[in-house]
Amino acid sequence: MPKLFSGAEIVFKCLEDQKVEHIFGYPGGAVLPIYDELKNHPSIKHILVRHEQGAGHAAEGYARSTGKPGVVLVTSGPGATNVVTALTDAYMDSVPLVCISGQVPTHLIGTDAFQECDTTGITRPCTKHNWLVKDINDLPRIMHEAFKVATTGRPGPVLVDIPKDIQFAKAKYFKPKKEKKLNGKTPNRFNQKEVDQLVDLMKKASKPVFYTGGGVINSGPKASELLRELVALTGFPITSTLQGLGAYPGDDNQFLGMLGMHGTYEANNAMHDCDLLINIGARFDDRITGKIDEFSPKSKKVHIDIDPSSINKIVKVDLAIVGDVSEVIKSTTKTLKKKNLNLEKSNKHKISKWWQQIQKWRTKKSLNFINSEKIIKPQHAVQRLYELTKNQDTYITTEVGQHQMWAAQHYKFNKPNRWMTSGGLGTMGYGLPAAIGVQVAHPKKLVVDIAGEASILMTMQEISTAVQYNLPIKIFILNNQYMGMVRQWQELLHEKNYSESYSEALPDFVKLAEAYGCVGIRAEHPDELDEKIEEMINTDRPVIFDCHVDQAENCYPMIPSGKPHNQMLLGPKDQEENKITGKGKSLV
Amino acid sequence: MAKSKSAYSTPTKLGKIDTHIIVVWVDNEASVLSRVVGLFSGRGYNIESLAVAEVDQRNNLSRITIVTTGTPQVIEQIVLQLKKLVPVHKVGNFKRDDKKVIFKEMALLKIAANPGKIKKALNTCKKYNPVILDQTNKSAVIQITALRREIDSVIKNLKPFGLVSASRTGAVAMTRGAEIFN
Repeated sequence: MPKLFSGAEIVFKCLEDQKVEHIFGYPGGAVLPIYDELKNHPSIKHILVRHEQGAGHAAEGYARSTGKPGVVLVTSGPGATNVVTALTDAYMDSVPLVCISGQVPTHLIGTDAFQECDTTGITRPCTKHNWLVKDINDLPRIMHEAFKVATTGRPGPVLVDIPKDIQFAKAKYFKPKKEKKLNGKTPNRFNQKEVDQLVDLMKKASKPVFYTGGGVINSGPKASELLRELVALTGFPITSTLQGLGAYPGDDNQFLGMLGMHGTYEANNAMHDCDLLINIGARFDDRITGKIDEFSPKSKKVHIDIDPSSINKIVKVDLAIVGDVSEVIKSTTKTLKKKNLNLEKSNKHKISKWWQQIQKWRTKKSLNFINSEKIIKPQHAVQRLYELTKNQDTYITTEVGQHQMWAAQHYKFNKPNRWMTSGGLGTMGYGLPAAIGVQVAHPKKLVVDIAGEASILMTMQEISTAVQYNLPIKIFILNNQYMGMVRQWQELLHEKNYSESYSEALPDFVKLAEAYGCVGIRAEHPDELDEKIEEMINTDRPVIFDCHVDQAENCYPMIPSGKPHNQMLLGPKDQEENKITGKGKSLV
Repeated sequence: MAKSKSAYSTPTKLGKIDTHIIVVWVDNEASVLSRVVGLFSGRGYNIESLAVAEVDQRNNLSRITIVTTGTPQVIEQIVLQLKKLVPVHKVGNFKRDDKKVIFKEMALLKIAANPGKIKKALNTCKKYNPVILDQTNKSAVIQITALRREIDSVIKNLKPFGLVSASRTGAVAMTRGAEIFN
């Protein structure tokens, strides 16, 4: 007779077979059997967070920086509801998470028992799939399927809800099977004909542009290499979404910078004027497209995506290629090489005028700002941070707001998986726990959370986690005492009525750092910035860096209000000439 | 539209709205219906009617038939989004005026009236395969199968003949001829 294992043991056996090394979690009544079993599995390290949302974001940071699924363990009721924000965040940004939640015993489900909630009901819209395990014999299959669903196709979060009696019950354990495709859901559905069409469009194009997104990162480091090869081979300009940063080197000459609402002038104008737009692993998000009616009006559009439902969802495309980005790029490069060995040279000639135009746009230097000698400009702070950290392999996370956009604009990423930010859901409080997850996965690397003082206070408690596990994360706060992006919109759209966007009372972040048992550093003057940043980098403990920046600074350039890509608002000078008027206000 | 200060774009012009019948084959498991229905409500799609029952006991498959309306783009999204759900095996999509497909709804109609009126009521239903399931000298329960709008009109016409209660199913669909949907 085969050996029987308890539900809790089965959970860990599955985690071991799925090669899980770290889980992020918080114990509670309904998961105690699983926590009890933890001690018997030394290959799995548990990171105790301070709030379940922190566990979720930490697992996201872990997943994004490694490409492996992040694992979260929480209790029933409030444990599960607290993790909902992180699950939704992971769902929006396609991050593979496996969340295991405890549930009240089966016989109490539906009775409003202590710490009971309809976890699978609540998380149904924010997971790829979820399971309530009602029979212990289903547990091994469900656990393996959970990992499979989370990591295949377009990645995303899943949740397995395990009632407490199931954690105690006993059953046989099965290793993951080399299983058939889940209900026929195959990732690669493209054929050579489509690739030939793409190559044909590429040959004909005189104003092409690549528009790449998080799909390239999710497809693995190989995809980034293949992308670089393709871009070099074609000589086409390339722009990236917020999530795609790092897939292509940020300091390369063919890279136009980020596109979208706070993207560069050259990237957005190239999107508007191009005659061939090749979307690789991006989803035409509304922060990217601006006004849909006038989005890239003259172009043939190609969309390469692993998720068939992304095609034609927002923008109708001329050619759709459904498949894993790596596979599609590989076929495209192969076909390009086979068909026309001279394409690189002939193309260069053909698109040289296009490059001249792009150079003209570049001369606008849209990321410029007026620096100051008296006060630290936030963009300057990010630039200095970049200059002082670019020589080592640095991982950057962010919160959400102006600082996030400045980080995206001024920090140049050269490798994938180095940039963790909440793009789709826009979750303030993401960066600190995400940095913890990144540092857990990469203990020797420099991990910096570029933060705002408002965001950081949403998940501040997790600094205690960093201290507990000696995770030397650096929290680089651009402190302007405002919810900066809210303030900026209020300035531009609501007649400077700064309704509730100023934080009247803020903690002394240096003392706060000390209270938590980490190091606090404050910079108030541009002269001391470099020295203080060096000090931060050289401190082998968690650091909270309180960088006092200009309170009135706005994030430019931006696509305002009812305007297409080619009518951007540049810095303070340009603004005087182009005031946002009436109808446009609705679009910011 | 009133001037708004929303952070989002204003809606673009809507395309032509059509009625479609979406047929979904799913694993018959707990909460599968709420996944399908939740997808519709969560993404703002419309459900005009819904019919669901297990059709294959051995393979544990249920067939869900949903009547929905939307622009071609929305209908395409509905199909693609449904296909992403883990318990979904396949999805069929038919326009309501598709001649190759039969659509039927069933209704149970209770008439409380004298035998004369019941006779007239039955006569009103005669085009729609009426079956008397229960009859007393004061009442009758009539079953009819028809299209939605036909049942609508029958119900309207039965009011003077003592219709007191109507119970209806959602539409179910089947292709004509020997071919089956794959």
